[in-house]
Amino acid sequence: MTNKTESQNKSVFAKALSNGVNWVDDRFPLTSNVKAHLTEYYAPKNFNFWYFFGSLAMLVLVLQIVTGIFLTMHYKPDADLAFGSVEYIMRDVPWGWLIRYMHSTGASMFFVVVYLHMFRGIIYGSYRNPRELIWLFGVAIFLCLMGEAFFGYLLPWGQMSYWGAQVIVNLFSAIPFVGPDVSQWLRGDFLVSDATLNRFFAFHVIALPMVLLGLVVAHLIALHEVGSNNPDGVEIKKNKDKTTGIPLDGIPFHPYYTVKDLVGVVMFLIVFSAIIFFAPEMGGYFLETNNFVPANPMVTPAHIAPVWYFTPYYSILRAVPPIFNSQFPGVAAMGLSVMVFALLPWLDKSPVKSIRYRGTLYKKWLAAFVVSFLVLGYLGTEPSNIWGQFGPVLGGADRATVVARVFTVIYFAFFALMPLYTKKDKTTAVPERVTG
Amino acid sequence: MSDNHSDKHQAGSQSESSASVDQEKRKFLIATSAVGALGCAAAAVPFIVSMTPSERAKAAGAPVEVDISKIAPGEMMTTEWRGKPVWIINRTDEMTAELTKHNDKLSDPNSDVTSQQPSYCKNPSRAIKPNLAVIVGICTHLGCSPSAKLQPKGDMGDSWTGGFSCPCHGSKFDLAGRVLKGSPAPINLVVPPYKYLADNTLLIGVDMEEKA
Amino acid sequence: MKLKNIMKKALLVIAFLPLVAFANEGAHLDKAPIDASNHESLQRGARTFVNYCLNCHSANFMRYNRLMEIGLTESQIKDNLLFAGEKVGDQMKVSMNKADAKKWFGVAPPDLSVEVRARGADWVYSYLRGFYRDSTSATGWGNCVFDPNTCKVAMPHVLYELQGEQEMNHETHQLTLTKPGHMSVAEYDALVGDLTNYLAYMSEPAKQQRNHLGWFVLLFLGVLLVLTYKLKKAYWKDIH
Repeated sequence: MTNKTESQNKSVFAKALSNGVNWVDDRFPLTSNVKAHLTEYYAPKNFNFWYFFGSLAMLVLVLQIVTGIFLTMHYKPDADLAFGSVEYIMRDVPWGWLIRYMHSTGASMFFVVVYLHMFRGIIYGSYRNPRELIWLFGVAIFLCLMGEAFFGYLLPWGQMSYWGAQVIVNLFSAIPFVGPDVSQWLRGDFLVSDATLNRFFAFHVIALPMVLLGLVVAHLIALHEVGSNNPDGVEIKKNKDKTTGIPLDGIPFHPYYTVKDLVGVVMFLIVFSAIIFFAPEMGGYFLETNNFVPANPMVTPAHIAPVWYFTPYYSILRAVPPIFNSQFPGVAAMGLSVMVFALLPWLDKSPVKSIRYRGTLYKKWLAAFVVSFLVLGYLGTEPSNIWGQFGPVLGGADRATVVARVFTVIYFAFFALMPLYTKKDKTTAVPERVTG
Repeated sequence: MSDNHSDKHQAGSQSESSASVDQEKRKFLIATSAVGALGCAAAAVPFIVSMTPSERAKAAGAPVEVDISKIAPGEMMTTEWRGKPVWIINRTDEMTAELTKHNDKLSDPNSDVTSQQPSYCKNPSRAIKPNLAVIVGICTHLGCSPSAKLQPKGDMGDSWTGGFSCPCHGSKFDLAGRVLKGSPAPINLVVPPYKYLADNTLLIGVDMEEKA
Repeated sequence: MKLKNIMKKALLVIAFLPLVAFANEGAHLDKAPIDASNHESLQRGARTFVNYCLNCHSANFMRYNRLMEIGLTESQIKDNLLFAGEKVGDQMKVSMNKADAKKWFGVAPPDLSVEVRARGADWVYSYLRGFYRDSTSATGWGNCVFDPNTCKVAMPHVLYELQGEQEMNHETHQLTLTKPGHMSVAEYDALVGDLTNYLAYMSEPAKQQRNHLGWFVLLFLGVLLVLTYKLKKAYWKDIH
């Protein structure tokens, strides 16, 4: 609200700008939205390191879309041409190598950022009432992201692309009765072929990005509807200023968090650039060496493993033995290991949200879950015989498989037993106001 | 903008005198914006440049060597450069002489429109050696390829002195590719850059060196 | 706080876990002398590649004129490396028909454009020095680097005139030179070193440029980090 002296002091440019904004405001909720979501959206003032990853996830999404568009200008989604077109981008397209590395590094960084973002949600109870829907949208985003990565990985048409797709599509044939037909329908052919490549291209470039964008918007709308959680799990809306109605522990998102997130962005770009310019292959984890061999349906690589971000769930798939001659239990277990995150809001019976006020029982279980996730993740990158076999006492089983089975149980126990140990857990008093 | 909010910041203690805080924010705001804008511009460069012709496009568009020894006088051959047809016409002395005799029928008899030929071809024969024409066979109207009507008269009528006639909209050109008046095409056909590697070998796509 | 410390330590351990994956599987590999800045070595390697390898193996994604990057002029490339009417902007294709190749060797010789990215420089270096006489194989040659289990390989020892002939002791896994070739062991190792260096370069020609640019990018981002941090601090002074 400008008073008379202010409008007299405004420059011609400023007057023109505010006239322009007024013109738009009469026809479009511009200023009201800027206020509601930025300048008058009050976020808790005690956001810490863990709160960078939401905005970073959005940054990576934009990066992937922009680099993806430019890659699509040169890539050929044809089984005979795909591999060559990627090398064409790497060599013949000016700066093509940079755009390619940004996209491949971005894919892995997307999962690094999203896993850390999810972890924040877990430790601070951001999935708890009234934020269950934000969490569910998030789970949906995670599932779409996994699909997007899976479809994208076939596109370079290397050996790992081909055989990874072959294995995963064949998983669907384990579904009772309809399995093989579903697999064939997904492939569009009797084997992973040009038909598969072309449709995965359509999913990766158009279908899933649109769904992802829609889900991210829904995720943010749901967040702004109830307001952000914070490291203390304190609801800042419970203590508002008597006159203004603004939460006492709240600060406007803009300029405080826009300016703070900018620092986070630059730190991320430093890590991102260090990888792109000095180690884009990341020891074979971001760009797998076997994928520099063109896809050959006649030759199965000695060692197929999914890309690192899928390995925990892959480990669980491998760990579950066939039951009644069916591989389906393993497939179901893998599916469940991802879907189970959606149940968190209803499994957690603790009176407190944040780990800061939970007891040792919960912390031990969380630590066990984290260790399981990491160990299962590591084991998924290696063949099952990596640690040799046990003696005849344990039936000569692969040591790594036994270890994977143990950690699979712990992984699921974290969720299955949560209603029990969160109730039993000795919590401490949650403060009225945030502690920073 | 931040000034309006300073009184609304319940979570903050009293800020120092507005003027000095303002200056510090302003200083870093400007510095960060300037450096940031520089970074964004630098980051945009690879993306924009990636859309310029790739090595593959450059290789395909590379100069073309042509052996002209087999073209009989009065005949022509067609080759390709950058995806376009290029005519090489071995004009007879008679055909070349005729070029100076019908300037009144032409829209641009002196090749004044400089975009249509290299500087060393701005001459009556529009060529390096008078009898050997090198012309891009794309009509300057809307891009069809004109048909060769090298001989005078015939089905082109009694006043026709030899050249090319475009089947799409009727544009007509003489044996040096110059456009006849009354054609829909506004300008002469393009003469590409070219040079002689030897008496019987042309290199199309590269300019002749400047004469000392 | 205790939890933070534990998490920090855990993260540190986790960060190093992947290194376990680098534990070597298969045959012992010698270290390849890779030096992308040594243009003379790369030029020698390019010459060896064109003269010995390009008859059977293509390098479809490499253009001849890219060799100007490693110090060759266009006329040097035209005079020394182009044999069958190729243009300098063409790709290093091979004349051997794929179907024929499969018939003669059992498997078509693979394209080598990204071979070093797929196998590793040390593997290629060891492979090219690891051929030995094997009377039981179709070509008369075996190579345990290629297949540590069977030591069988479809490729003959193309460079045998230069290296000579080796024999493999399958108990000790040791190779001995039984019949010397035109080159001494040191000379042959240098030739293969240059060739591997060239193949590594060819696998990713933009690598030097990428590393070089990286320093400037990180420097710039470092400056930007300082500025954005100070900007943040300037705004957050108000908040307590």
